[in-house]
Amino acid sequence: MYVAVKGGETAILNSYKLLAEQRRGDAAQAELSVDQIRQQLKLAVDRVMTEGSVYDPELAALAIKQASGDLVEAIFLLRAYRATLPRLGNTCALDTARMQLDRRISATFKDLPGGQVLGPTYDYTQRLLDFTLMANAQADDAAPAHALPAATALPDKVPRVVDLLNQEGLIETFERSDHDPAPRDLTREPLRFPADRATRLQNIARGDEGFLLAMAYSTQRGYSHSHPFVGEVRLGQVAVEIEPEELGFAISIGEMEITECEMVNQFAGSQTEPPKFTRGYGLAFGHSERKAMAMSLVDRALRAEELGEAIESPAQMQEFVLSHSDSLEASGFVQHLKLPHYVDFQSELELVRKMRAKLSRPADPAGALASAPQENA
Amino acid sequence: MTTPEVNFAYLDERTKRMIRRAILKAVAIPGYQVPFGSREMPLPYGWGTGGIQVTASVIGPDDTLKVIDQGSDDTVNAVNIRRFFERTAGVNTTTRTHEATLIQTRHRIPEMPLTEGQILVYQVPVPEPMQRLEPRETETRTLHGLAEYGLMHVKLYEDIARYGHIATTYDYPVTVNHRYIMSPSPIPKFDNPKMHMNPALQLFGAGREKRIYAVPPYTAVESLAFEDHPFEIQKWNAVCAHCGATDSFLDEVITDDAGGRLHICSDSDYCQTRQDEQATEAA
Repeated sequence: MYVAVKGGETAILNSYKLLAEQRRGDAAQAELSVDQIRQQLKLAVDRVMTEGSVYDPELAALAIKQASGDLVEAIFLLRAYRATLPRLGNTCALDTARMQLDRRISATFKDLPGGQVLGPTYDYTQRLLDFTLMANAQADDAAPAHALPAATALPDKVPRVVDLLNQEGLIETFERSDHDPAPRDLTREPLRFPADRATRLQNIARGDEGFLLAMAYSTQRGYSHSHPFVGEVRLGQVAVEIEPEELGFAISIGEMEITECEMVNQFAGSQTEPPKFTRGYGLAFGHSERKAMAMSLVDRALRAEELGEAIESPAQMQEFVLSHSDSLEASGFVQHLKLPHYVDFQSELELVRKMRAKLSRPADPAGALASAPQENA
Repeated sequence: MTTPEVNFAYLDERTKRMIRRAILKAVAIPGYQVPFGSREMPLPYGWGTGGIQVTASVIGPDDTLKVIDQGSDDTVNAVNIRRFFERTAGVNTTTRTHEATLIQTRHRIPEMPLTEGQILVYQVPVPEPMQRLEPRETETRTLHGLAEYGLMHVKLYEDIARYGHIATTYDYPVTVNHRYIMSPSPIPKFDNPKMHMNPALQLFGAGREKRIYAVPPYTAVESLAFEDHPFEIQKWNAVCAHCGATDSFLDEVITDDAGGRLHICSDSDYCQTRQDEQATEAA
């Protein structure tokens, strides 16, 4: 007699063991340390921190190790860790004009106050596999960078390109109201529609890089074109400050590395407003330029309604973008199809058989062209 | 794997309080979807995070928990969720429906009638019954507000026009307390009648979609239908191969590659109880 599947508990415990073995790989090889990941897989750590919504390189590196390098899984681990942490307070708004810059480029002006700083980037590398790395040797160009002469000393405060454009009144500005409302915290409250810009930015800051990249790309291929220019991408350290109520003034609690992108987009103007440039904004932890740039394009596309543009493309539809941007939600729901669906499938089997039985009875016209219309749940 | 220090039933008390408020509102407005600040749980979305959060918020040290998936206590996901609460809350667990004070379920309602004081927590993938007809939440929210359910009735009517019957077999929409149309979660329509005037409290948690809703005890739950096309449940031309039941939902099991099949109860506790009773009678 056939016996329905039992022993799920043993199977799960055995699966843990197999997973641990798979993660460790060949025991003859030295084990990867969390510090090594943090130091040598920096860009992976930065992505996990950004989408995991926790600025903690050590925990992000641990998550990457635990997830065997699956970054979406690592982001999940970090988010689940974050979920029950208490919220102690809010920081003051970051002043990115005061960033300690490691990299700063503008595609709109050849030269500008503060200058162009190329910094570390893969942009102008020639993508040839470097076999010296395979031999664990240092490439010739790996001399310590601090030995390099700085082209020019960077000033303390480097004004942002959008602020320079603003002097001519060519770009939209955002006045912060006296009663600047605290933004909705999407980690504590559900997303509701329509969502304001602060909420949208929060959503796409946590959003999956691949999804945002594809959405941003679609705006460049005719699905809501916005004539974008990189006003500025900057990477560097910024001070994080809080203002405890009992003190009444701001104190610095540390520094974070962030990537910021200001995208400048054409705006033809409307009956009430003259033509000017509009802005799309992107911000990510660590060095995450692809993410910050994609985010800024999507942010701009999502402002269609506010700017009176026709909403015709997916990137402009906030319910479409914001409901599908989260890798945890998407990965979980897609992969839940692996869970048993015996009962639902049984119901569908019964329905399909019933419909086919009708089809084989020619007297009954209703069964013609029958096909099961239901989707999976 | 070791269990790190966590709060009772994993969630912190402030989160539980937020969820309990959402549950109270849901109970006060039967069938209405209450948005709540769903947390990222240590299990993936789609695996029952909504049900887990509801369970974590209402469970106490004296509760006895039963977890089923597709009717069975033994499928991997049910085992996993039960282990989660054993590890984080240390509560007693059971597979017996009548012993449980709290039952978390995915896709089934137990065959044994529930009683007053029991809580049934459903895991819900898609709380919005009209989502496949209208994906925009801003629109469906308005339709619920106005009790404007023409969309749903037209869908069912179109089924009848095309196939001669309503072609929905699970997640079959219901009207709760004569007001809100609600997704019963993907239970087979076989289970729908059990929701009607049920003495137990029925709570629904959708983690990924961040909604909670409820059917309080003794509340009217009617499956949508037309006068000339009344609601019908599934029937089988077979009995359970293990216990001989004719009144339970049967899963079909393929036994060989030559078309051999048999049917067994989807509700493993119901089936086991009947087998035990038969063994006692025979002895």
